[in-house]
Amino acid sequence: MIKRFIQNAGWPRIIIALFLLALFIAAPFVGVRVDTSLSNTLVRFGMNGVMVLAMIPMVQAGCGLNFGLPLGIIAGLLGATLSIEWNVEILSWLVGMAGKYNISWLTQEFADTWREPIGLASAIIIAVPIAAILGWFYGKLLNRVKGDEMMIATYVGFSSVSFMCIAWLLLPYKHPTMVWGYAGRGLRTTISVEGYWLHVLNDSLAVNLGDYSSMPEWINHLYIPTGMLIFFAVMAVIVWIFMRTKTGTAMTAVGSNPEFARASGVNVDKMRTISVVLSTVLGAVGIIVYEQSFGFIQLYMGPFYMALPAVASILLGGASVNKASILNVIVGTFLFQGILTMTPSVINSYLQTDMSEVIRLIVSNGMILYALTRKVRG
Amino acid sequence: MLLQLEHIGKEFYGNRVLADISFGIEPGEIIGLVGENGAGKSTLLNILFGMPVISSTGGYEGEIQLDGHRVHFTSPNQALEAGIGMVHQEFSLIPGFTATENILLNREVLNGSSMSYVFSDRVSTLNREAMRQRASDAIHTLGVNISPDMVVSEMPVGYKQFIEIAREIDRKNTRLLFLDEPTAVLTEQEAEILLIALQKLARQGIAIVFISHRLSEVKTLCSRIIVLRDGRLITDSPAETLTTREIASLMVGRESTRKEEVPEISDAPVETGSVDDTLNAAPKKKKKPKPALKVEHLWVDMPGETVRDVSFEVKKGEIFGIGGLAGHGKLGIPNGIMGLYPAGGKVRLFGRRLTLNKPRAALGRKMAFVSEDRRGVGLLLDEPLDWNITFTAMQTQGRFLLGIPFIFQMRNEHAMAKETKKFIESLGIKCTGPKQKAGELSGGNQQKVCLAKAFVLRPDILLICEPTRGIDIGAKTLVLDTLREYNKEHGTTIIITSSELEELRSVCDRVAIVDKGEIAGILPASSPAEEFGMLMMGEKMRVALAATE
Repeated sequence: MIKRFIQNAGWPRIIIALFLLALFIAAPFVGVRVDTSLSNTLVRFGMNGVMVLAMIPMVQAGCGLNFGLPLGIIAGLLGATLSIEWNVEILSWLVGMAGKYNISWLTQEFADTWREPIGLASAIIIAVPIAAILGWFYGKLLNRVKGDEMMIATYVGFSSVSFMCIAWLLLPYKHPTMVWGYAGRGLRTTISVEGYWLHVLNDSLAVNLGDYSSMPEWINHLYIPTGMLIFFAVMAVIVWIFMRTKTGTAMTAVGSNPEFARASGVNVDKMRTISVVLSTVLGAVGIIVYEQSFGFIQLYMGPFYMALPAVASILLGGASVNKASILNVIVGTFLFQGILTMTPSVINSYLQTDMSEVIRLIVSNGMILYALTRKVRG
Repeated sequence: MLLQLEHIGKEFYGNRVLADISFGIEPGEIIGLVGENGAGKSTLLNILFGMPVISSTGGYEGEIQLDGHRVHFTSPNQALEAGIGMVHQEFSLIPGFTATENILLNREVLNGSSMSYVFSDRVSTLNREAMRQRASDAIHTLGVNISPDMVVSEMPVGYKQFIEIAREIDRKNTRLLFLDEPTAVLTEQEAEILLIALQKLARQGIAIVFISHRLSEVKTLCSRIIVLRDGRLITDSPAETLTTREIASLMVGRESTRKEEVPEISDAPVETGSVDDTLNAAPKKKKKPKPALKVEHLWVDMPGETVRDVSFEVKKGEIFGIGGLAGHGKLGIPNGIMGLYPAGGKVRLFGRRLTLNKPRAALGRKMAFVSEDRRGVGLLLDEPLDWNITFTAMQTQGRFLLGIPFIFQMRNEHAMAKETKKFIESLGIKCTGPKQKAGELSGGNQQKVCLAKAFVLRPDILLICEPTRGIDIGAKTLVLDTLREYNKEHGTTIIITSSELEELRSVCDRVAIVDKGEIAGILPASSPAEEFGMLMMGEKMRVALAATE
């Protein structure tokens, strides 16, 4: 039984899970609250989950790990910034449309109360088509470089970030909270989403144990971002269902053996393109989820290294370069983010100095290195 | 006793592939190890040679003794050090190196120099002259005449095989040599030279284990013959007590079916009269001759199998064979019709024109295809059997799906497993169930999966390439019988492409011979073998032969 479990889970995951457990046990002794740590881990899991999910379609279709995730992220950033730029317009347009088609419940009052969720929804709705278009071109490109997808994808990610560094300055954004104060144009490097859609998902249906006075002291800092976790679950279910559809099945077959798929009448290039579009769209949605929790939109070099934690997470979860499942995403993201949350705080408290950023860098890059060394098997 | 095996056994993923194998080898003895593919020969060799594939799948049972001491090799290097040499079926030579360099790789003769005292032998220069001498000695031991300076990439296959063996015998301590089908790529003369060389080696005290499918060779060369079947040792007896026919039947274990078939093939040419008679007789056999497939001026650009200009007709319900030498384009015909390689010309199915270059179009017209490249094209090795079998039907016919077509359809795992179980039973596929990965099956069972994949499509026309390539005799008869039965039951038109002429003649109604990308002729299967042989040799040969007669 145990042997079987170890075989299925794989030693790397068991070791890391035990390490994480050890950190949680050690935490109280160095003065780190377990409930806060757990809350942080859950929040980080929710923030990053969708972006890790974005790896699945491309891996399954044989396009390798999506190192080009920054492209999807850029689409997400465009959606996010545009939703703030046009916030007022979107709301009044909605109310106008409601009046035109006699939707009685959608009044100005309703729109004002639900301003933040509508803002988030509009960010996603704007981002998705942009991501789909970018993903389509990205997919066409990857079809020309079969076999070297991951290398090309990395550079697609990097160069698109650099390109957008220029674009963020030149695009005619006008909204005062977003543009540089001294010039009146060009977007700032970090834009707060406070007042727009900060914590919209985190706080909906959130459980805050501190609210209940009867809770024992040691656990009353626990905070569960229910809404965000539900959102991740919905996205995961959508991907899971998609992978079981006719198209999803064809996609998996293309990843498993493109020649087989071709001989079975499947359009290999089309399937690959669909997978890339899907990955890019998930990346775009993922970054918006991340930002609403993080509180800021980070432009310019922000997306530069965003692909690596996602890649590391899914590899850590047990995926290979050509096989990945939802379970890999959940396990991998939880372990990766758990370690990332716990190691700095516990070790920091132990050493009594502030080294959190250094330790965080060592840990996260070390994990990526570890995860990438075990990808060769695929 | 040089090597003694005691109760060796091995399981892969719960499949027993070897059970209770015990035998011994004396120095200077030549043992023939025969058995069908999948009988466990390769596994036995892997165990003896300490291949990592064995230890990574849980090791083996039983004990190996070398010179009376128990040994357990965990890497091929240990086996080499112990004096066991192995010549593999696949060449492991460096193409850009000369014969000498390949033979003495990692055992080069070095010039001593002051540098090597300071550093190590790694910085020594090579003594080319001595190396050349040693290499040519080794080559000469084998009785062939190959220049030690020849680059391996420029050698014919037969030479490469000799270089492989020369490398093993150059190793001073080699006492036991395993040869895995060394003559498969050799011409008859080359094989003879090799056999003589092996006998010479044996006289020097090197024990040899010789694995071959050519039973007559095994019989002439070996002093003892060991037959494996389904992972068990069936016989271990002196060569002179067995005839080749007996060996064959021991290998297969189904004496009756083989014996019936062998005479059927060999007698056929004797019974039938002239070619013209049979040609006239052929149409009478099929009552309603309706062309199921009409091919006109087909060309196919398939690398290595170019089809230039091919026209033929296949009647409904017929089993049509396409034969010919490798590289002359016989494989290009079915691949081209199915749209897997760029093709042109006219192909009509039941009178209606078929769109070429689109696998989807061909599949949509109820044609099914079994590729000659089983592992490359035919199977999803990393996916379970039910995927392999039902995938094509799912994608092209919309079966095994739940939901509304074109809008939302999910796979119906239950139906997939059910259909797969049906085929596992009816074709006798040896596996742990519909969820086993296709890559874990043996060649014959994989071929059955490929057939099942085609049968699921309920095709009107079934195109099969090399149905028996790389599978053992037992599975061969099963596969061919399955095809014959399927043709009879469903009236399916079957087109078989195969390089084994005897096989085509035993199954097909008519056989076309392809030569240099064109059809050299179409004969009824009952025509004498010489007729086919002449077609294969090409027009020039035939003219030449006619002139001498």
